[in-house]
Amino acid sequence: MIAHGLAAGAGLVGIVLGIAGLLASAPLTLSLPSTLPFLTFAIRLDPLAALFVLAISLVGLAASIYALGYVTEFYGRASIAVLGALFNGFLLSMTLVVIADNGFFFLIVWELMSLLSYFLVVTEHEKAEVRYAGLFYLIMTHVGTAFIILAFLIFFQAGGSFSFEAFRHPEQPLSEGMRTLAFLMALIGFGTKAGIVPLHVWLPYAHPAAPSHISALMSGVMIKTAIYALIRVYFDFLGGQFPWWWGFVVLVIGAVSALLGVMYALMEHDLKSLLAYHSVENIGIILLGIGAGMIFQTYGLTEFAALGLLAGLYHTINHAMFKALLFLGAGSLLYATHTRNMEEYGGLLRRMPWTGVFFLIGSVSISALPPTNGFVSEWLVFQSLFLSFHIPTVLLKLMLPLAAAMLALTSVLALTCFAKAFGISFLALPRSSHARQAEEVPITMRIAMGLLAVVCVLLGLAPMVVIPMLDRVVAPFAGMSIEGKVLALDGWALAPVNVEFSSLSPMALALLLIALSALGLLLVVAFGGLVKQRYYKTWGCGINLTPRMEYTATGFVQPIKRVFSTLYQPTVKLETELLEESRYFAKRRRFEFHIEPVFQKYLYDPVVAFFIGMAERLRVIQGGSLHLYLAYIFVTLIVLLLFAV
Amino acid sequence: MVQAIILVVAQTIVLLAVSPFLVGLIRKVKARLQLRRGASVFQPYADLAKLFRKQPVVSTTTSWIFTATPYIVFASTLTAGLLVPIFVSSTPLNFAGNIIALVYLLALGTFFLMLAGLDAGSAFGGMGSSREAIVASLTEPAMILSIFAIALTKGSTNLSTIVHKTALLEGIATDPSPYLMALAALFIVAIAETGRVPVDNPATHLELTMIHEAMILEYSGRYLALIEWAAGLKLLVFLTLIANVFAPWGIATSLEPAALSIGLAIYLVKVSGLAVLFGVIESMFAKLRLFRVTDLLGVAFILALLGLVFFYVLRG
Repeated sequence: MIAHGLAAGAGLVGIVLGIAGLLASAPLTLSLPSTLPFLTFAIRLDPLAALFVLAISLVGLAASIYALGYVTEFYGRASIAVLGALFNGFLLSMTLVVIADNGFFFLIVWELMSLLSYFLVVTEHEKAEVRYAGLFYLIMTHVGTAFIILAFLIFFQAGGSFSFEAFRHPEQPLSEGMRTLAFLMALIGFGTKAGIVPLHVWLPYAHPAAPSHISALMSGVMIKTAIYALIRVYFDFLGGQFPWWWGFVVLVIGAVSALLGVMYALMEHDLKSLLAYHSVENIGIILLGIGAGMIFQTYGLTEFAALGLLAGLYHTINHAMFKALLFLGAGSLLYATHTRNMEEYGGLLRRMPWTGVFFLIGSVSISALPPTNGFVSEWLVFQSLFLSFHIPTVLLKLMLPLAAAMLALTSVLALTCFAKAFGISFLALPRSSHARQAEEVPITMRIAMGLLAVVCVLLGLAPMVVIPMLDRVVAPFAGMSIEGKVLALDGWALAPVNVEFSSLSPMALALLLIALSALGLLLVVAFGGLVKQRYYKTWGCGINLTPRMEYTATGFVQPIKRVFSTLYQPTVKLETELLEESRYFAKRRRFEFHIEPVFQKYLYDPVVAFFIGMAERLRVIQGGSLHLYLAYIFVTLIVLLLFAV
Repeated sequence: MVQAIILVVAQTIVLLAVSPFLVGLIRKVKARLQLRRGASVFQPYADLAKLFRKQPVVSTTTSWIFTATPYIVFASTLTAGLLVPIFVSSTPLNFAGNIIALVYLLALGTFFLMLAGLDAGSAFGGMGSSREAIVASLTEPAMILSIFAIALTKGSTNLSTIVHKTALLEGIATDPSPYLMALAALFIVAIAETGRVPVDNPATHLELTMIHEAMILEYSGRYLALIEWAAGLKLLVFLTLIANVFAPWGIATSLEPAALSIGLAIYLVKVSGLAVLFGVIESMFAKLRLFRVTDLLGVAFILALLGLVFFYVLRG
């Protein structure tokens, strides 16, 4: 209780600090010497750090308020005091990560953040799957940290000191090879934390295992510290000078993460795992913006580079808000029903109207539907990808629109996924006794969700407040301010870089939607008068409707599973026990289906893949299909012809 | 300001007034091709009026989502329609959103329809929602790419700017192939998005083959009227997009009364022509199986991509 109250207070202070940092003209710095060599406890609050402090504090504030109600779930099962202490430590370590100004200090708080989050993940350590999730997370995050250490050592070698100032302006400039190495090390190291494909595998285990308010912090802001660090390394330490393929690599990783993240999310029926996969997707969208920015930077198109980076950061903040909101919503469902399986929810909108509305706002935001915040930032990412026709290389001119098409596919699939998540959980009849007995969650939890929901709506409707803030973050890296070039009509509309190319006014769209809904109501009254509606049960083909007749989450995504079966590699098992009297009627049916965890299987079981795989692989070639053999002959022929030329 | 408001109101009225006519026209064309006399082209107006007066029956299983959805779908489709230039090339709402906003506004309606389909708890609604999801997922990338191919030639993604420039013959490429590819892609997208044969059949009475109709199976009375009207509006929006983006000639480029009335007349002729074409296509093809629709939409995607490649290759 006290711990979370203090955390909420700290959150408020953090919000003030973040806003102050964004508005301050010069970075605020503080440095404490230490007795260890190379280590100084230096902190520096520049606009980039301040933006992340703001996000961490806002989500931290909501999570602390939420925890006041939510931790009652753990009475008698875990020590609330320890949980509260860890929670506070976790918040502190995240804040320190983004304001650290010394490489050594950064690594220490980074490690602290990882360890504290590990302890929080294993809160329910009596469950075997939680222990497994924790171990998996611990190993992955340390592999990532190893790469980060390597990246920092490269900078240290050139700079002679661990201070970030020395990283920025090293004594002897890094060679091209070393810069590339630092780029790759940072990408792998921070990418592991951010959850880029294929380093994302720990996310769907660790995030659902943690208590929900911790999941909100982890998914909402902890993985964003990696985005912070990537921007810090690429645009600050490496000075924003890259060959074109760096941006291209980031862009491709972004596109693949976005698409695969949402594809796997669709197949998840554990609500929290589903949300965890969506974090992979949104990290991908953020990287699409940043990658586009990096490509533009290479070609000296500074305005567009700033736009790409700004779009990425806007989405970072938005994702922090709506993902935290959704995780808190999922936590409320867990609190009310004691299950995470969506197939056991149903009809909860009537039982939990507030949670339902907040979850709906989060769903609409994450599905990037106008006029919410998710839509505005995704729209900006689209614009920065579309401006690719200014790039002189034909390959990139084609790849960026293709990335936009993948983003379009991603966002519709996300829409489908949240139609499923909301529709199956909150609508129709309750599917289990858990759902039938569900009650609305305590007021503190509702306040926390309401706070984030309001922030989500405001972030979408008021770009004139958000864009100038983000512009202050981006301006030092791009070398120019684009605030005036993005905002139009006194800030009521967005018109990135050039008014002719595109414009958007979320406020106008919101007003139009409201006005035209009113028009619909007017038409109803004008043409039909106020006819009273009649209530009657849904037609169930002649028998009474039961929850077993409803569409399930599995059934809902079946067409998608089938269309993209190449990716999912689904295995379906159907066992039927027939009646003895007639083989047309089944006594019992058992349906099972699994999708292949491709990455775990092909990337993370290398030992197994090596020993068993050698024999297996030889067998795979010999598929027994004539078409396959013909294809081999054809491919060989082409290869030989290529050699001949 | 006053002028802008008048234009917006006028456009709203035109959209609302014309959309049932096109639905009726397509039905008429289909009837004539089947050697039936068919109902009058104005039948949909009578249908709407009747539905508005009927008492709606609402399932006891549903939540407020079910009753709110018709209004949201109606409003979002109409908002999307207001972003497209109809009879005058520069719409006052140009600033409010570009073509991506239009795509996402339509997606907003789809999202709520999908929720409403699930809300009544009947398996048919869920089936419709689930199928709508797969069709929508596959059309959107093709739509975005075809839009981009067009946007490139005009240097804008704002519909007014695109239409205005084309109407004034600015930036017309010497080689029309990227255009034609994008047109073909957008045509397929329009068929899929508006739920027409061969993707979906708006006249079907068989629950197991329905997509859009299954989602809205539980609606009746005024709610059904709003959704039907919105479906008509969506059809009109796509026909207008095709007509005015690819052949905006005749559209009023100034606000003179003569130009406006000619623009309106030519617009009506254009969308009616396209509606007849849709009717003919519906009569010529059988509905595809759901899992064959993916091939058709794949073709649309490839066409749009080729349009883009052609644009860059031809430009050198």
